[in-house]
Amino acid sequence: MDIVVENLTKVYGSQRAVDNISFRVKTGEVLGFLGPNGAGKTTTMKAITTYLIPTEGDVKVGEYSILEQPEEVKKVIGYLPESNPLYQEMPIIDYLDFVARLQGIEKSRIKERILEMVRICGLEGEKHKKIGELSKGYKQRVGLAQALIHDPEVLILDEPTSGLDPNQIVEIRELIKHIGREKTVILSSHILAEVEATCDRIMIINKGKIVADGTADSLRRQAQGKEMVRVGINTEGQAAEAMAVYEKLKTIDTLEMVDIIDGDHLRFEVQSKAGTSSVKAIFNLCVANGWTLTELSPVETKLEDVFRELTIK
Amino acid sequence: MKQIWVITKRELQSFFDSLTAYIMLVAFLGFSGLFTWLYGSDIFFVKQASLQAFFGVAYWTLFFFIPALTMRLFAEENKTGTIELLLTRPVNDWQVVIGKFLATLLLIVIALAFTLPYYITVANLGNIDHGATITAYLGLILISASYISIGIFTSSISNNQIVGFLLALAIGILFHFLFSFLASSAGGFVGDLLYYLSINSHFESISRGVIDSKDLVFFFSLIFLGLVSTEAVLQKNRS
Repeated sequence: MDIVVENLTKVYGSQRAVDNISFRVKTGEVLGFLGPNGAGKTTTMKAITTYLIPTEGDVKVGEYSILEQPEEVKKVIGYLPESNPLYQEMPIIDYLDFVARLQGIEKSRIKERILEMVRICGLEGEKHKKIGELSKGYKQRVGLAQALIHDPEVLILDEPTSGLDPNQIVEIRELIKHIGREKTVILSSHILAEVEATCDRIMIINKGKIVADGTADSLRRQAQGKEMVRVGINTEGQAAEAMAVYEKLKTIDTLEMVDIIDGDHLRFEVQSKAGTSSVKAIFNLCVANGWTLTELSPVETKLEDVFRELTIK
Repeated sequence: MKQIWVITKRELQSFFDSLTAYIMLVAFLGFSGLFTWLYGSDIFFVKQASLQAFFGVAYWTLFFFIPALTMRLFAEENKTGTIELLLTRPVNDWQVVIGKFLATLLLIVIALAFTLPYYITVANLGNIDHGATITAYLGLILISASYISIGIFTSSISNNQIVGFLLALAIGILFHFLFSFLASSAGGFVGDLLYYLSINSHFESISRGVIDSKDLVFFFSLIFLGLVSTEAVLQKNRS
């Protein structure tokens, strides 16, 4: 089931939390929402789940509009809100039973679905406890179980791995990937590695607008317009002074910037001007001065850098 | 309808799980039992086969207890954020509001059902007016429903239970006795209006054994107004 967001705008007072956003998520796609706090990720997700009524625009889930047929949209969506709100005083099984009934699962299938959720989310040992007695990680699993119980076509997960330990994070990621093969998933996260590991597509939102949209690779390439290499030099017994080598490197005319990353071992990071390469010039410089190159490797732009560049402006 | 019942059942269960229901039942039966049978102008003092003493006490205890029951209903969900998960299920706001309303009303009906032995006892002691007793019970249920709908409304407007409780009491006081108190000193059209708005006057007329459409219209309007306002608050919170 595709999700189509059309010119979605949400205004709070004088602030435009979401500013005229449009995008489409296809069935079988896992979309990762990235963005600093307050960028509009949660607001967008809340609008898709019908919880927030947008100021302008519409969202279509499959053929249903959140404005015209909210009840139909609610049936096909599984939602895990940001703070994972749950009824603390309810036992897990009772809570899942309540959710299953509200979602309109047939009576004969409710028990089977609950047991399956307990198994998938690893709640066997805790199933008779009250939700309030669980650790944060287990609460998060209950949150996932309630979102998945009616086998929804669309999953909206707002920071699904927050509060989990590394093992649990890996498990949940695997689960999301597995689910994502047949369903439409939108998840948000602060952790870039997580988005990279689980999502087919990444969307970066800042100040209510989409600032980047694509796969992790394409985003990296986009930001990587300039060549960046790490250079290690051995001056072969000559008076090895980082500053001297630094000054010489700076004479290369295609070069935009040099950083000393390790003065004792003479390692530098060299960025070239857009569209040029300094690799050859660096090699020639070494030859001319009788140095040896100990390292000459391209530096990959990290997703963190892409993120920072796009959102701190 | 099915959805409403699912919500009602959960809310009722939650009253019992949190012990609220037990405390309420014990306190209600304790108070009303004490003043009906043992203390003050009780049945033996009045020397009439009538439950007037009980209805007088119930009229006041329900006034205080109902806000304590309703204050949690939406304030807690607003505070913990569970309201978001509830409203993104295939239910509409109305079903949620009515589900919670019915759960509280059901608890009150259970409490009143426990006082039926009073009725049976008194009926055996003398010639009780069955009609008036039954309509008085009905009156208590209608009063309760009105206060529940006020309480649900005040609970929905904030995420603080105490605010919900106090505001429900403040609004309740108007209908409970302030309007009738003012009516006696105002006189004229304003006096009539205030008299009509006081729950007291309607309860008196209903517990005499007469069900007047004027009284029913009053109670149902009050209930409806409370529930509609709650639904409006839920809508407003989402836009």
